[in-house]
Amino acid sequence: MGGKVITITSGKGGVGKTTTTANLGVALARLDQRLLMIDADIGLRNLDIVMGLENRIVYDIVDVIEGRCKLRQAMIRHKTFPELYLIPAAQTRDKTAVSPADMIQLTDSVRGDFDFILIDSPAGIERGFRNAVAPADEVVIVTNPEVSAVRDADRVIGLLENENKGPGQLILNRVNPEMVRRGDMLSADDVTDLLAIRLLGIVPEDETVVPSSNSGIPVTLNDNSRAGLAYRNIARRLMGEDVPFMKLGESGGLFKRITRLFGGRNG
Amino acid sequence: MMPSFFDRMLGRTQPKNSGTTAKERLQFILVHDRINLPPERMQEMKAEILAVISKYVSVDGDNVDIELQKRDRNSMLVAEIPFYKAREAIEQDDEDDPRPTRLADESE
Repeated sequence: MGGKVITITSGKGGVGKTTTTANLGVALARLDQRLLMIDADIGLRNLDIVMGLENRIVYDIVDVIEGRCKLRQAMIRHKTFPELYLIPAAQTRDKTAVSPADMIQLTDSVRGDFDFILIDSPAGIERGFRNAVAPADEVVIVTNPEVSAVRDADRVIGLLENENKGPGQLILNRVNPEMVRRGDMLSADDVTDLLAIRLLGIVPEDETVVPSSNSGIPVTLNDNSRAGLAYRNIARRLMGEDVPFMKLGESGGLFKRITRLFGGRNG
Repeated sequence: MMPSFFDRMLGRTQPKNSGTTAKERLQFILVHDRINLPPERMQEMKAEILAVISKYVSVDGDNVDIELQKRDRNSMLVAEIPFYKAREAIEQDDEDDPRPTRLADESE
């Protein structure tokens, strides 16, 4: 059987799929896992730039599928983690260049060489999504605590259930603990209650994330970053460890308990 | 106006912030999304269900409650449809009707 294929998807765009994939990849590599990451967002290649590997691309996933190169030739080895590889998306093609069967065949041919294969899915629920999900053993859904993102996540979970891939596990990204405390943002409890799926992790909104992407060094390598810690925790959970959720300071304060005592309902 | 301390203590008001609003809206939207039935069609369906039932029994239309509920990832239609007491029974002797009927007062 070999490595586990995990697809990271979301429905809505811009919720942090690629950032999540990059960070989980690096966090798992730090835990000495052998890892292949695949950017399945054909036509909108991005995982390479977030990981700082964009200058080393020679071949891409479509080259592999259309037989212009061997799979190994398209795998870019990470500078710091020799057991971490990336297969980039093609930039000048579209989703129809790849089929779900191609993705299954590709991952099956390398499963034995890796502990994990992470697939970064494109946004949407069409062909690109189906390509990304087809080979998955597990699906991780990334969402934000916003009405549009949660609705799209629910749609994706429904589709995964129809394909017997569901319901998947949830990463709630960009949580602002202060806004949750004020009652102006859906809490992790609210979102898991609405979507009725297992929570894999909560990633706080964090000003260190964008600078990390800017420089192509995933934030999980920054030991002082809260978001980085959240990703490291998620990686450990993916390896089967039982890691408690981070305290975000969104619940439990004395003031809040008093408010609740007197009928206040701020989440 | 801000609810007073005593209002809150007595549970008279529910200060609603946007997070709560978001959750309530999503609860409604998701249940309709999941069965692919927009609220307007749902109204039609309810009216049709009631029309069918009314062919056979007398429905207390004011106290009907038909709604979509979700349990985990499953949606279900939950209906509470109270009936008026059957006409025949009403015409009979009222005094020793063995069936307790909370709507007995509403008969002619």
